[in-house]
Amino acid sequence: MNTNFTHHQSAHCENGVASNLLKHNGLNISEPMVFGIGSGLFFIYLPFIKVNHAPAISYRPLPGQIFNRLAKRLGLKIKRQKFSNEASAQVALDENIRRNVPTGLQVGVYNLSYFPDEYRFHFNAHNLVVYGKTATDYLISDPVMETVTTLTHNELNKVRFAKGAFAPKGQMYYPIQVPEHIDFKTAILKGIKSTCRDMLAPMPIVGVNGIKYVAQQIKKWPTKYGTKKANHYLAQMVRMQEEIGTGGGGFRFIYAAFLQEAAAILNNDRLNELSSEMTTIGDLWRDFAVEASRIYKNRSTQSDAYNMVSGQLLNIADREKIFFKKLKKAVS
Amino acid sequence: MKKNEVPQDNSNLSKSNVKELCYAVDENGNYTTELSSGWEPKSIALSNSMDDIQERIEMAKLQYQKGEVSSIAYFMELNRMDVGILSSYVGMWQWRVKRHFKPGVFNKLTDAILLKYARAFEISINELKNFKPD
Repeated sequence: MNTNFTHHQSAHCENGVASNLLKHNGLNISEPMVFGIGSGLFFIYLPFIKVNHAPAISYRPLPGQIFNRLAKRLGLKIKRQKFSNEASAQVALDENIRRNVPTGLQVGVYNLSYFPDEYRFHFNAHNLVVYGKTATDYLISDPVMETVTTLTHNELNKVRFAKGAFAPKGQMYYPIQVPEHIDFKTAILKGIKSTCRDMLAPMPIVGVNGIKYVAQQIKKWPTKYGTKKANHYLAQMVRMQEEIGTGGGGFRFIYAAFLQEAAAILNNDRLNELSSEMTTIGDLWRDFAVEASRIYKNRSTQSDAYNMVSGQLLNIADREKIFFKKLKKAVS
Repeated sequence: MKKNEVPQDNSNLSKSNVKELCYAVDENGNYTTELSSGWEPKSIALSNSMDDIQERIEMAKLQYQKGEVSSIAYFMELNRMDVGILSSYVGMWQWRVKRHFKPGVFNKLTDAILLKYARAFEISINELKNFKPD
């Protein structure tokens, strides 16, 4: 069985699945649009939670939130189901394929056999689409891959029931209703305002303040944890920022692309200027990654180097604070 | 990032013929997408992580050989897990899993408990019980 599904590669899995599923349902929406309306840009620093033995830093909201917000703001109806066991999860998925409904799944990355070994970590917030089934395999459209691929029945069951943080519990989702007329303007404004609110949140570990807080902490890492651990923490941070799915620069470039698209729809030239400003900020994030990589490449110990990357981050935090204040003004 | 600046470095991705999508601006300042084969700062971060994992595995193996920990600790590292992830796979509290790291406690475990670990690591009970590092 095979649904007539078209695969488009995207930078980020959740936006990509959302955009691909909606395109299949007749709503032509780009990945940056999904990301922007769903308020995908975010920053949070959780030093008390460890991921890969380093403090958790996330450049995005919780899994599922982007698509949920998008659906709410565009008036789409999305059906989401979780399952208590593999058998019923498989029955439900097979039923969808039989009804010709390509279906989004939340999965764990560790057992995705088509990923290079280096990318196989216990990370459970990956998303892909199943669009068909053969006697042995499921047909998979993984938005971060260039082309479609397959997983055996057993492999798919395993990744759907991966364990650990954000365990997917077989979660599947698909749009069940897409309205005829969609008010993109209002949805875009809502998305932008919500992102400004998140990034300017008056909390120490969230948004711009969170970036500032990390910047101040980084300076202390070498003395507090020793060079080796500090370097590991820094490397993990760069990975979160630049890993597959971010489109580079911790999602800043996708967001800039969204602002450019939004400028045309809203007829708001100010957003075009802000788009290129966001691109510049994205470049600063890339510069930060380059400097940070020098530190962990040379395994250097000078706290000078740590002070320098800390300074770069502080500068980014300052610029983003100004940026999001301007953005808030531009849409109010 | 400009379209012609999208990095095309050699990486673990390019080895497996995987390319990732990046967003970048073209010569007219319009956003477009471009495939990237990899970027050095990222590759180094990734290979650092891999080294770190390898080191943890070697360390666990050594501790196992010295009789300081049970084979569960070794297989946990081998499968890139931490105590939280493993406890979630075997459906036991973290303190119980940690207790099973003790060789004395491990030796008294029933097959039913061992089976849970064996399943999580995708090995047999025999391999778990009689693990011999090369």
